[in-house]
Amino acid sequence: MEWYLPLIWAALIGTAVFMYVLLDGFDLGIGILFPSTRSESERDQMTRTIAPYWDGNETWLILGGAGLFVAFPRAYAVIMPALYLPVIVMLLALVFRGVAFEFRHVSYSKTGWNFAFNVGSTLAAFAQGVILGGLIQGVAVRDGAFSGGSFDWATPFAFLCGLSLVGGYALLGATWLVLKTEGPVAHRARGQAKVLLLVVLALMAAVSLWTPLSNPRIAERWFSLPNFYFLWPVPLVTALTAYLAWRWLENGREAPPFLASMALFLLGFIGLVISNFPYLVPPSLTIWDTAAAPASQIFMLLGTLLLLPIVLGYVAFIYWLFRGKVREGESYH
Amino acid sequence: MDFDPVVLARLQFAFTIVFHIIFPSFTIGLSAYLATLGAMWLRTGNDRYQHLMHFWTRIFAVSFAMGVVSGIVLSYQFGTNWSRFSVVVGNVVGPLIGYEVLSAFFLEATFLGVLLFGFKRVPPWLYVLSAAIVAIGTAMSAFWILSANSWMQTPAGHQMSGGVAHSADWLAIVFNPSFPYRFAHMLNAAYLTTGFVVFAVGARYLLAGRHMDEGRTMLRMAIGLTAILAPLQLFLGDQHGLNTLHYQPIKVAAMEAHWDGSKPGDFHIFAWPDEVAGVNRFELSIPKAASLVLTHRMNGLFPGLSSVPASDRPPVKVVFFAFRIMLAIGFFMIAAALFGAFLWWRGTLFETRWYLRIMSHCWWIGFVAVISGWVVTESGRQPWLVQGILRTADATSPVPGATIAGTLALFVLAYGVVFWFGIYYINRLIALGPHKVTAEPGAFSPSPIAAAQDAGREAMQR
Repeated sequence: MEWYLPLIWAALIGTAVFMYVLLDGFDLGIGILFPSTRSESERDQMTRTIAPYWDGNETWLILGGAGLFVAFPRAYAVIMPALYLPVIVMLLALVFRGVAFEFRHVSYSKTGWNFAFNVGSTLAAFAQGVILGGLIQGVAVRDGAFSGGSFDWATPFAFLCGLSLVGGYALLGATWLVLKTEGPVAHRARGQAKVLLLVVLALMAAVSLWTPLSNPRIAERWFSLPNFYFLWPVPLVTALTAYLAWRWLENGREAPPFLASMALFLLGFIGLVISNFPYLVPPSLTIWDTAAAPASQIFMLLGTLLLLPIVLGYVAFIYWLFRGKVREGESYH
Repeated sequence: MDFDPVVLARLQFAFTIVFHIIFPSFTIGLSAYLATLGAMWLRTGNDRYQHLMHFWTRIFAVSFAMGVVSGIVLSYQFGTNWSRFSVVVGNVVGPLIGYEVLSAFFLEATFLGVLLFGFKRVPPWLYVLSAAIVAIGTAMSAFWILSANSWMQTPAGHQMSGGVAHSADWLAIVFNPSFPYRFAHMLNAAYLTTGFVVFAVGARYLLAGRHMDEGRTMLRMAIGLTAILAPLQLFLGDQHGLNTLHYQPIKVAAMEAHWDGSKPGDFHIFAWPDEVAGVNRFELSIPKAASLVLTHRMNGLFPGLSSVPASDRPPVKVVFFAFRIMLAIGFFMIAAALFGAFLWWRGTLFETRWYLRIMSHCWWIGFVAVISGWVVTESGRQPWLVQGILRTADATSPVPGATIAGTLALFVLAYGVVFWFGIYYINRLIALGPHKVTAEPGAFSPSPIAAAQDAGREAMQR
């Protein structure tokens, strides 16, 4: 029991983080793509595709943070101080983009809040990539507490991860617009998605090569035998997915490019798990080192098994309720 | 320059949490008000309720967004600023926060989408039900977060082993001794806070001679609510105080600036507690009144601040004055609400302009009372972060003071901008006032007959 509880929790938190990345990913992506039009009514159309969802999407981030606090308090207590600055920057960026979303609806001049929405979304995405990169490259730990400096995370690798996530979210956002809009916005998004697809592939390749090269532990995980026999399909499937995404974008398909972008994220996520399992705080603390007491994990697990299906049910309901295209000049109110 | 990380971490957390609590204390009450308006609309078919519901929903959206984004910050600050807190009590407090996210946050955030954008897409009953679900979600969120906070005040149901708290009895943890009192007191405070905002807005419209119908409705509903809840709050607060006296006597001693426990306590209307000398200066007191309230006997004794060393005392001035601000606002609320009810009964409520003028300026009183109350209970717990288990000074993260100072400055700047714009936009929404939702094809009405009746009534009034 005690052995596999942390495994279950790692899977649950992984799912929450992944849900967050997918769901808030496309709505942050809309913010990243915001400056690509000069038309206010097109911007309104873009925000309306995410308006009913964004509050709920950001809640997955709280679940990820709270989940870490609940199930792995000792990892939470190391990661947050270690990545203090990028975490705070991410939070402040989310504050600005969140209020900008509501404020631009009630403000006479939208210029300032459009800017805040764009910069906030981009900075939040970048900071999330930096947090991920900072974690992958390892955190200094002594006696179970963070023992490094305030800027340990600031490496070229972490910044590359930041750029990758900005590109990836923009891709999700563009393919979301292909799915949810029509007219000039959808047309432009299709072109952007193609460019972004290439950019994201290049960035993914760069991160994927850099990680094992700078990190013997991860190189061994991927390139030692027999692991290599099992793992080589991961990059292959990634390439195949990207190829299909490109074809679907060329052929004027609407839903498949978005699904393919999500699949690319899933593959990237699987790659991360393969590289780092069972470490939660590489290179020293595993999920078992940092787990909460079994009684706490069980108590929360019962609640999660009961509540998470309900949550997923009404999240699905709201996506169904607001299904269909958003047209220019159309309003929900 | 040398920065003290503990002081800075406390300042930062105090700042972000005070900013945050403003919005939940409004949205908990406002969502319940929206649900009430929706229910009245369904029941009577009167469009006035529907206009009011739409009007307040727009304000709700802006406030809720500010609450969400400032709340995300808090869920990460336990780790960024108080990582030892996570290690020592994470086993106990963690699941309470987890339950809050799973049972409340998703519910609120998701059904808010229906409330804001679903009016034309769902039938009226589902629209109103969504408002009710949001209201239940906000109250549930208060349930869990207050359970976690109360456990930090009055820990129960746990065992310590290896310097770390482990759960022994979850029911005792969730329903720890101070929780029922704190929950009732805070929930009621949130409803009162919103009640006085609605009160002020209604009074403002009547004075300006605009939206008279809606203004009268708001005023009646606000008086009906506050005339019951404001006196109830006095009772709940008293009960909460007695509970605190039992479990955290030194906090009560600081609230009353009561130094010498061997004598009955006076109630100080004003005093300047001198924490070095351990006495009060410039006292203006009602003899033995504090003893009467707390022990129900004129000569009853309760512990004084001098009974513990200075290092175990909370900051007396902060707790003492915050408590007085809360009390003053509480008594003002009771007087204002009961007087309003009296005017209503006499039938002169809408004509008593001096009263309406005062009330139109009172939108902020609930917020100040809530913040003061939290200052009392949180500062009053010091020097402990978790009473008897973990001192605040031992709970900080290994982050240098300069880093915390820098981010604190960023928070102040960012929240300052967001807050003033938020206030400005909400004020403008109020100035615009409730207006009729343009009837577009496909828009739902509770029933065609009710809609026709309304149209007829409006035509007659013209």
